[in-house]
Amino acid sequence: MDSSSSFVSEFVAWLPHVGLTHFLIVSALLFSLGIYGIATRRNAILVLMGVELVLNAASINFVAFSRYGGVNVDGQIVAIFVIILAAAEAAIALAIVLNIFHRFQTVNVDEVSSLKE
Amino acid sequence: MSHDALLQISIAILLLPLVGFTALIFLGKKLPRQGDWLETGMITVSLVLSLVLLWQKLTLYPAETLMLRFTWVDFGDVSGIGPLKIALGVSLDNLATVMIAVVSLISCLVHYFSIGYMHGDVRYSRYFAYLGFFSFSMLMIVVADNLFLLYVGWELVGISSYLLIGHWYEKKSASDAGMKAFIVNRIGDVGFFIGIMVFFTTFNTFGLREIFEGIQNGQLPYGSEGWLTAAGVLVFCGAVGKSAQFPLHVWLPDAMEGPTPVSALIHAATMVAAGVYLVARTYPLMTMDALMVIAYIGAITAFVAASIAIAQNDIKRVLAYSTISQLGYMIMALGVGAYTAGFFHLVTHAMFKAGLFLGSGSVIHAMHHALHHYNDHDTDAQDIRNMGGLRSRMPVTFWSFIVYTLAICGVPFTSGFLSKDAILAGTYAFGGLTGHLLIPVVGFLVAGLTAFYMFRLVVRTFLGTHADPHRVQHIHESPRVMTVPLVILALLCLFFVFSLDPFNAVDGWIPQAVERPATTVPAAVAPPSAEIFEEALHHAHSPAMLLSLLVAGLGILVAFLTYYWKKIDADAVANRLRPVHRFLLNKWYFDELYNGFVVGGTLRLTRVLRWFDDTIVDGAVNAAGWLTRGTSYISGKFDNIVIDGSVNLSAYLSGIAGLVLRKFQTGKVQTYIVYVVLAVVIFYFVYRVV
Repeated sequence: MDSSSSFVSEFVAWLPHVGLTHFLIVSALLFSLGIYGIATRRNAILVLMGVELVLNAASINFVAFSRYGGVNVDGQIVAIFVIILAAAEAAIALAIVLNIFHRFQTVNVDEVSSLKE
Repeated sequence: MSHDALLQISIAILLLPLVGFTALIFLGKKLPRQGDWLETGMITVSLVLSLVLLWQKLTLYPAETLMLRFTWVDFGDVSGIGPLKIALGVSLDNLATVMIAVVSLISCLVHYFSIGYMHGDVRYSRYFAYLGFFSFSMLMIVVADNLFLLYVGWELVGISSYLLIGHWYEKKSASDAGMKAFIVNRIGDVGFFIGIMVFFTTFNTFGLREIFEGIQNGQLPYGSEGWLTAAGVLVFCGAVGKSAQFPLHVWLPDAMEGPTPVSALIHAATMVAAGVYLVARTYPLMTMDALMVIAYIGAITAFVAASIAIAQNDIKRVLAYSTISQLGYMIMALGVGAYTAGFFHLVTHAMFKAGLFLGSGSVIHAMHHALHHYNDHDTDAQDIRNMGGLRSRMPVTFWSFIVYTLAICGVPFTSGFLSKDAILAGTYAFGGLTGHLLIPVVGFLVAGLTAFYMFRLVVRTFLGTHADPHRVQHIHESPRVMTVPLVILALLCLFFVFSLDPFNAVDGWIPQAVERPATTVPAAVAPPSAEIFEEALHHAHSPAMLLSLLVAGLGILVAFLTYYWKKIDADAVANRLRPVHRFLLNKWYFDELYNGFVVGGTLRLTRVLRWFDDTIVDGAVNAAGWLTRGTSYISGKFDNIVIDGSVNLSAYLSGIAGLVLRKFQTGKVQTYIVYVVLAVVIFYFVYRVV
């Protein structure tokens, strides 16, 4: 009880002092959520959204390290690259999904398995 | 002429028939008249050259031996032997020179006779080719200066006799006879070959002169006189085969299946003379014991053959047995030391026996034509019981035949008298010197038998009346090409060809030219020296001559009494002496004996060998097969179970692994992402840096 209450109280005390760790935690959560979305969703659109989350988690990491990790401005530049790539990727991926839907009348990734045959 | 010129002539004589043979074998059918003129021309040139050679040799170099040698193989320095070379060459002494002349003369006459006799034969050119080959082989034996070349010629004579005896090979009896002659000869040749090898291992040379010199210098085969005797007897084995001596004489009567001119060639000058010539050639290395063996073999042969000849009815068979008998005479003469007489008889016998055979060929030829006229194919044209009265129909043949017969019987004024008398005197002297009286007794007895069976033949063939009075009208004298050789041979059977003195041949040219060579064997085993023998011979001459005349006259008288005047009934005598007659008619059962023991034994042996083959060898093979099958069955099972099993097992395992792994390979990107994340997590824990 003591130890847990002390851990919680320490945590609460730590929270306002925003630093690198906070950003990493957020990014890790985002990443995990993104991976979860990719792995579990059957809908191609939702999978794409998961991918966006993962990318954004990476971007946050870059920016965070740029601010606190001594990576300077390079991290921010890479983050911008990532955003641009994500935009391009989303455009292509959505085009593919549209084509898939056009052809198979579905966007369920499990049913689009003709390459397996 | 120089030495070299004579030697070159001898080589030309040797090679001319071979040239003819080669040409005829390849071109015979394409040449006009199938090329008989080519081979005959070659042998005629050989004859002319050999007469030149004889004359030149005897007048210019009567006492020399001309030699021409070349190194055939040089083995270099052989360990344990020293330098080893095999030299081949020709040597010409008086013996060889006379022999060359005899061989080419008889061969030439036979060639001319064959033109008539073989007219229209299916293998006419082949026949002449073989005749040439035969002459070549025989001449090679004669001129060879070493045992190697002599043996080569020896075997070539064997093969060419085989080819000629089996000339009409469509007839089973002819092809059998050819094989018989060849095989029986081979038996003797094995002995001869071993004898040659004994000399070669001792002296490291085949040269006869070197061997004689080696023995003279006291070098003996394996250092023993016994081996020298054995080697001499082994060499004589070859002569036993070729010269048809007891017990290998059985091939010669069967050789009658060949064309009659071939019989004349075989029996007179070539094949059978080879054995006598061999003994004469190797005479200096014969010990007393070896000569004794030779003398007794000769005596036995002479008697056995003469006794068989009495009971035969086939004209050629009678002559065949008389040949064997006369060859026995020659061998016996050489054995007792009457070297000159033996060789002299070889020459005279060549003339009258060739004549007898050609004469019988002429008769058979005429009989065939007469029988053909009546389309009679059953009557035997060679059986003397179907003949008789041919005298007036074939006068040339008859009169020449009479001359030959008188010669073989040893009637005075013929060549046969001179040589036979010399042999009988030799045996008489030998009997007196050594006490072996059986040999002269056999000699005189055979002389009487010879006279009897030869006149039996003449009377049954030419005198009296013909068996069929119609047929005799169609019997005609043979064509000129056949009768001329007969007349020439008849002239050559008269005494003046060989000696001016009709009663003693000592001063004749052959006895003068061919003298007994000095023996080279150690004195302890040497035969009586030539001087002692000559002395005894001198004393033996007159009684031997009288005695031989007596027995010959007696034989002729009995023959006339029996078959011409019919005072003695031949059939009655034959009936009374039935077992003897049957015994003689069946040739002492030699063929049956050999069939039973040698042929039968061989067959039994082959049966045993076959059983061995069938059970042991085949059994072993089958067992091996069974074993192989067993092992292959096992290895098959091993393959099927172990190897295939392991292969299948690995495939099965792969399958299982695939089944397992395939679960992971879903084809869904999302699953893979989960794996990636899991892997990252695992890697994190594994490679965590604390």
